[in-house]
Amino acid sequence: MTDKVKLLHHVEAINWNRIQDDKDVEVWNRLVNNFWLPEKVPLSNDVQSWGTLTPAEQQLTMRVFTGLTLLDTVQGTVGAVSLIPDALTPHEEAVYTNIAFMESVHAKSYSSIFSTLCSTKEIDEAFRWSTENVNLQKKAQIIMDYYYGEDPLKKKVASTLLESFLFYSGFYLPMYWSSRAKLTNTADLIRLIIRDEAVHGYYIGYKYQKGLEQVSEEKRQELKDYTFELLYELYENEVQYTHDLYDAVGLAEDVKKFLHYNANKALMNLGYEAMFPSSVTDVNPAILSALSPNADENHDFFSGSGSSYVIGKAVNTEDEDWDF
Amino acid sequence: MTAVQMADGAVGHGRGAAPGSSTDAQLIYFSSASENTHRFVEKLGLEAARIPLHTNDETIYARRPFVLVLPTYGGESGRNSIPPQVIKFLNQERNRSLLRGVIGAGNTNFGTTYCLAADKIAAKCHVPALYRFELMGTSDDVDRVKKGLEDFWTRQSQTAQ
Repeated sequence: MTDKVKLLHHVEAINWNRIQDDKDVEVWNRLVNNFWLPEKVPLSNDVQSWGTLTPAEQQLTMRVFTGLTLLDTVQGTVGAVSLIPDALTPHEEAVYTNIAFMESVHAKSYSSIFSTLCSTKEIDEAFRWSTENVNLQKKAQIIMDYYYGEDPLKKKVASTLLESFLFYSGFYLPMYWSSRAKLTNTADLIRLIIRDEAVHGYYIGYKYQKGLEQVSEEKRQELKDYTFELLYELYENEVQYTHDLYDAVGLAEDVKKFLHYNANKALMNLGYEAMFPSSVTDVNPAILSALSPNADENHDFFSGSGSSYVIGKAVNTEDEDWDF
Repeated sequence: MTAVQMADGAVGHGRGAAPGSSTDAQLIYFSSASENTHRFVEKLGLEAARIPLHTNDETIYARRPFVLVLPTYGGESGRNSIPPQVIKFLNQERNRSLLRGVIGAGNTNFGTTYCLAADKIAAKCHVPALYRFELMGTSDDVDRVKKGLEDFWTRQSQTAQ
């Protein structure tokens, strides 16, 4: 299989003083500024909280995290690297190496969580589950097939859907625990991963759109149809995966709303309109608030009573952002 | 209209208002090369002026009261969250004095810094943060902002009398 992975045939010394696309520099800087390692997060403070979960809840959590580990491994070892030969600029190539490394940091960080909270036997069992779960393996395989394929833009679609959609059936759970004041340090670590994935999805989606500018209208339509078909195929599989994991704790329906919400964002990263209507994207406010404390409806001045006439409270006005 | 066509359109007229020009638009926005905010504003179908993409270009000048739409930049600490092009625009006292409200674009994945730039400008300029949306916004966002802006300007004109 690996014989099909392409490498660049021609490389020139990268000159960061001659930039073709400012977005490359912007995203590079952003990724570098966001750099983190799991050792910085005091995961051991979650040991007591872990003990308050039932055995079934602990098992669910470990399975979710091995599933996320698999996706990060795919993206770090194959996905981001497979995008390098198709890059439009040398700086884009460099950004993909950054993304690849960070995905490996993410994959390793789940092992930090495991070694802090669980026994070796439990860890081994969870990893065995991840190799045996049909729906988890299927989603990894669907994406892998595109990474080994020939079409540069289809690879970017698959990659963006992985970064911006496929992780979220897993990300839901630590946000859920966090909203109930459980495993809060683990949730802090996951939020760092969620932030990174947003930059990755944004950037790969942006490069997809740059690529679209260079192909015919017919090809664009084909890629759009392909995107929605792939999303639908992945979505069907995600729904089954979600039921596999969450039915026992009664959270599957809540997770599915989170999937719809993130599928819409994945499409937007690719430049397409949201597909799921708001009637099925009404994510549990507790989950949204665990994700971003600023995301609640109280910030909607237009629809509110005016009580939300927030003139930026709790904002550090000493910031050097502005001169005005 | 398909997104692909919009991507096309953005190539043609996505560069922003002519540097140094003045505008009567009551919606002024910044959008990077990603075009997310540009697409949202396009969907509103209102007259709007785009702040020049290149920081070195002269900024634009508002002639009437306006609402600003902008995305958030920057990382965890929230430093450098306001695009430099917007800082340059707001460094003009005339522009600042006509600012009536701010709408933020962002992504909740950025946690505490989601739409932070809009909050910061609202605080600094003592105007309300009116709304937030993610990426290029959904059709619900478009409906709410269209209606919201209409009501907002109606109230503004009543207050002014």
